[in-house]
Amino acid sequence: MESFLAACIVAGTPLLFATVGEIITERAGCMNLGVEGMMLMGAVMGFVGALSTANPWIAVLCAVLAGTAGALIYAVLTVSLRANQVVTGLTLTIFGTGFASFVGQPMLGNMAPQEVIAFFAKTPIPGLSSIPVIGPIFFKQDVFVYFGYLVFILAAVYIYKTRMGLNLRAVGENTAAADASGININLYKYVHILVGGALCGLGGAYLSLVRVPIWQSDVVSGRGWIAVALVIFASWNPVKAFFGAVLFGGLSILGLRLQAMGFNVSQYLVDMIPYVATILIVIISTRKKSKESQPPGDLGNSYFREDR
Amino acid sequence: MKKVLAILLALVMVFSFAACGGDSNGGGTDDGGDAAAAELKVGFIFIGAKNDGGYTQAHFEAMNKMVENFGGKVEVAYVENVADTDKQAALNAGTNLMDQNCDVIIGCSYGFKDALAEMAEANPDKYFLHFSGEQKNDSNFTNFFGSIEQARYLSGMVAGRMTKTNQLGYVGAYPYTEVNMGINAFTLGAQAVNPDVQVKVVYINSWGDPELEKAAAEQLLTQGCDVIAQHCDSTAPQLAAQEVGAYAIGYNYDNPVAADAYLTAPVWHHEKYLIPTIQAIMDGTWDNSVYYGTMADGYVDLGNLSDLIPAEVKDEVNAAKEKIASGELVPFTGPITFSDGTVWLNEGETAVYDSVASWPASLPLVKGATGSDL
Repeated sequence: MESFLAACIVAGTPLLFATVGEIITERAGCMNLGVEGMMLMGAVMGFVGALSTANPWIAVLCAVLAGTAGALIYAVLTVSLRANQVVTGLTLTIFGTGFASFVGQPMLGNMAPQEVIAFFAKTPIPGLSSIPVIGPIFFKQDVFVYFGYLVFILAAVYIYKTRMGLNLRAVGENTAAADASGININLYKYVHILVGGALCGLGGAYLSLVRVPIWQSDVVSGRGWIAVALVIFASWNPVKAFFGAVLFGGLSILGLRLQAMGFNVSQYLVDMIPYVATILIVIISTRKKSKESQPPGDLGNSYFREDR
Repeated sequence: MKKVLAILLALVMVFSFAACGGDSNGGGTDDGGDAAAAELKVGFIFIGAKNDGGYTQAHFEAMNKMVENFGGKVEVAYVENVADTDKQAALNAGTNLMDQNCDVIIGCSYGFKDALAEMAEANPDKYFLHFSGEQKNDSNFTNFFGSIEQARYLSGMVAGRMTKTNQLGYVGAYPYTEVNMGINAFTLGAQAVNPDVQVKVVYINSWGDPELEKAAAEQLLTQGCDVIAQHCDSTAPQLAAQEVGAYAIGYNYDNPVAADAYLTAPVWHHEKYLIPTIQAIMDGTWDNSVYYGTMADGYVDLGNLSDLIPAEVKDEVNAAKEKIASGELVPFTGPITFSDGTVWLNEGETAVYDSVASWPASLPLVKGATGSDL
């Protein structure tokens, strides 16, 4: 059981990065559906960095920059030029997929250098990892997973407990009001879109550098879309996103686990559960009309100052 | 003005994607050295990339061996990354190859069959060969495959000897005849040397999703399996085995990425079919009969037995390989019962296939192998 929960955390980590990234983006009122594309860009550039320098830090930096670059395209188009957010996001996904196939083509089947693999091997945290039950599940993981814990906690503190987080929520909730109160709308939108893209790039890098450090063109395999669903599931809250990511990650391997244990279950049915759960959550949250589980008020709208 | 710029930038993005797609979809031609004397040009449609370290690389290297064999008499061209779920993509690839004057078109994935059948109808002067399908026509279209179960049986013997827990794991793609036939052969091979062995199967419902393949292997490993075999495209299950000090058996192509875990792999030698077939086409002696290669032909084989395997096990496996090649040993020899207790083959009966079309429509797992068939 412990081994399964530990595997759920691992399966949830790429989702966690992407989901927190998308939450930060959507909190600024920008719906970026390019998560899958940015994850692929991060995955492929992270791998390029690893292959060419054998330095895990540079590899991760490359992934972050690639995700940010993808997000920058989106930010320029939707914030400065006020293009339709949904269409731009979808285009970014298609672009990122093509970019990853193109850049990754010559290194298909190549393995990341041993230095990188060793750096991302499981490293138990002394002390914490010897706590019964919790230790083996949470603290016998790789450094990327620990960084994931840090990211979602910091994101939650930032959004709910800081002045800038309050401003961010205001921008997403009612852009005109935030503008009137003197917040630099475009700066907020740009920064949070870029940070969101960087986190998506990290999520992709987790797949290509840590999970299966052999380059394959289809590493992300739709996990970006699961992250988009998870944002709704988590009702734009990074803490809920952590539990959602572990849950969705766990469900993605639950069928495999049940099969390995000899239960006769259909993988197809198990694969449906996360989406059914998301639909249920949406129905429940709209029925409850609870304020905190609603999307940011101005999500998806381009902001035109003095436009009514 | 800004709107115009937005549209322009969006267009740039779309076109840069198209450019990327075009490049990764790229093909190539290889004139085999002496271009002047080429008598025949052969076009290949690949589902993956030529350097994928597995399925497509096995086809690609066979193509190169064929070119080398004919020393300039045969030219080739190929298209990579053709989706096998998209008939139009296969038609485009085939048309592209025919435009480059290919006389023979070889489709290297099951899903190309409808496109090949259609092109064969429309181009009676060209030849169409299809790997792993069951369709053919009366003149210029046929298929080829092989009894990979013979190699699977041998890999099962290796696994049965190497396991300490008597639990073998098997990461399968989809629960259908081709995959289950491989699992059954693997299980029977393992049982032949180790009657207590159990095979646990996890289907991932995908031919290739590295993350899922690795997760499936990890789940099998935590359930006590210490040798992982696979019928899926990536080397991720082998990495999972290596991480916990277990053993792994690959597929398609001898590719010991995880050298500390890699035992061997059932492999294909497509050149054993390509060389005589292309020769026959050039000689005008080709007929459209279906080819189903065996270990005797060298078409299916067991890859290198790695140094992790003790010498006496290597000898045992090599002896069995000779018996299979000579026909003395048939992997599916009765009595065999399915896992639900029903009888597949009675004492003395054997199941031998000579084409994909001769396979049973569905095939359950044999006793000793467990997996979800839903």
